[in-house]
Formats: sequence, C-alpha cells, structure tokens
Amino acid sequence: MTDLTDLIDLIDLIDLIDLTDEESMTTRYLEIRQGVLSKNDQLAAGLRERFTRAGLFVANLVSSPGAGKTALLERVLAEMRAAGLQVAAVVGDLQTDNDARRLARSGALVRQITTDGMCHLEADMLAGKLEGWDLDALDFLFIENVGNLVCPTWYDLGEDVRLVLLSVTEGEDKPLKYPVMFNSADVAVITKTDLAAACECDLDAMRANIHSVRPGMRIFETSAKTGAGLPELIAFLLEQRRAKFGN
Amino acid sequence: MHELSIAASLVESAEQAARRAGAQRVTQVFLRLGALSGVAKDALLFSYDIATAGTLLAGSQLVIEDVPVIVHCDQCRCDVALPGIQDFRCPVCGRLCVQIVAGRELEIAGIEIEVADEEANPQPAT
Repeated sequence: MTDLTDLIDLIDLIDLIDLTDEESMTTRYLEIRQGVLSKNDQLAAGLRERFTRAGLFVANLVSSPGAGKTALLERVLAEMRAAGLQVAAVVGDLQTDNDARRLARSGALVRQITTDGMCHLEADMLAGKLEGWDLDALDFLFIENVGNLVCPTWYDLGEDVRLVLLSVTEGEDKPLKYPVMFNSADVAVITKTDLAAACECDLDAMRANIHSVRPGMRIFETSAKTGAGLPELIAFLLEQRRAKFGN
Repeated sequence: MHELSIAASLVESAEQAARRAGAQRVTQVFLRLGALSGVAKDALLFSYDIATAGTLLAGSQLVIEDVPVIVHCDQCRCDVALPGIQDFRCPVCGRLCVQIVAGRELEIAGIEIEVADEEANPQPAT
C-alpha cells in the first residue's frame, strides 16, 4: 500500500512539474535603436552640460604612447597660465603619476587617473576626478587620454574638441593605419617637428594622409622643444572657446 | 581586445531592455556596425559568447549588419558609399568628401525576445 501512495504522490509531483513547464512562450521583436555605449554617452552628455554651464572649454588629447602629449601640455598649460587663464588637466595612464607631477609644475590644477591596465578613459572615471574643483572658476580643462590610438576612439568624455597628436617619428602613414581614430578627432597636431629632418619625415605626405582619412581637418605643426606652432594652437583654442562662450 | 568590453556593454544594454519588456530569454541581438566604428567583427562575435554567459542573452545569436561609410559629395551632389575607410575621395569624381552620412554606427537595432504567455499561465506579480 505504501508503495502505491508513493507512486500516486510521485505522479502528482510530475503533474505539478509538467504544469510549471507548460508555460507557453511568445517570441517577438523589440526595437531598441540604442548606441552600444549609451551608458558612457549619457554620462558624457551630462558632463558636457556641466562644463558648458560652468563656461569651461574642454579638450581631449589622444595619441599613441610617446607622441608627446605631456610635453605639449606642459608648454600649453604654462603659457595659458602666464596669460592669466585658469587651466586644469586630468591625465590618464596605466601606471604611475609621473605625468601629473610633470604637468603640475606649470602651476595648473592637475589630477592623475591611474587606470591600472585599462587602455582608455571613460566618462565616469573623469567625473570622479572633478570632485572638489570649482569648474566655474576654470577656463580650460585638458584631458590627456591614455596613449592608445584605438580604444579611446569610442569613449566620449564630454569634450568640446578632440585633438589627435602624431609625432614626426611615427611615420607618415600613421593616419592610414588608424583611420578610425583620426576620423573621430576634430584637429590633428603634428608634434616634435624639430626632429622632422633627422627622421626624414615627409610632412607633406603626413598632411596628405591625415586629409585622406579626414578631409579638411585642421592641422597644427608643433614642437614642444622649440615652441614652434604653439602660439597658433593656443590661439585656436582661445578662438574656439570665444566662439562657444562669447568671451 | 577592446571588443570584450564593447560586448559587455552591449549585453548590459540588451539585457536591461529585455528585462523591462518582461522577457524570459533573448534569442537574437541585431547590431548595426559601421565601417568607421573600428570594431573587429570576429573579435566581437568571439567576445559575445563570453559576455552573454549567465545572462538572459546566454545562447543567443548576434546578427551583425555591416554599414558602409557613406559620404556626401558636394560635386556630384549625392551620397556615395566608400569601398574603404582610408580614402575619403568620392569614388565617382575624386573630390575629398568632408560630410559623413553613415558609417559610425555601433548600435543595437533591436532584439528578439521570448516572453511568457501570461494569459495561458498567469504569473503572480513579483
């Protein structure tokens, strides 16, 4: 008898399981139309609004490692400070705060983001570094991205202008090798022009390659060592800021 | 291997949308991938299986639509597709084209989901 009741219990249990499994499913298509990186995009849009309200002009510097982002910024920060402008910089690196210490010598506000292996900066990393800064009191913020011509392409940081740096030591065809990054930038800055002759860099070819992947892109030719081209670059940034804020 | 972090973002966005729609499972994800997105398709497909494990998207298929770069040619006065991304000259007249109409897409167009038929088997609200 006990065997039979056990069996009946078992059958009941199977019925119960069957019932829960009998859920019928409907398959349907759900339209999304949303950027894959929409979370970063939204955060960046929020930052951009915040910067705009504060009257702060923001430049994002991208390049391969060693193209001279820090050397260029050292000069630009110092010269802007000398002209009475309030400037700040956030610098990203995988390791060390060497760059932040170099940039801080200009007297500008500087903070380091150590990404601990991450190959680019994202909007939330930048947002976290702005705490305690009076953005209203600042005129320019420079973001020195992690040296990498691939990944920083996709991550909007709320900047007004993206500068892609390219040194004369890297070869004239770099823009052709990294067309996506060059295409995503607004302005190209050729660096280390004092070494152009020694590297036998064909600047005409370099300019043509930049324009091949990004027609009409504004190009500055600079040397952080001699200071060549820096007044033009700084004048451009000031003009962009004036165009946006009218002062 | 940035495609893994892109796949992770993709899964996060798609899963969020699926949950909002009350989906039990996501069976397909339709992605529009521009030639200028800079994302390697094979690496993304490879990363997708890793990124979907243990989510509503587990076992789903990633369907990628390639979007070519389309520029506007001022001289021809029309939009033209480019064969590559290293030369932004109009393939018809040779003029350099500044205005990009399409090709930067990295966008989830939509997802195919399975939703429990609530009429057949009403579920208590949780």
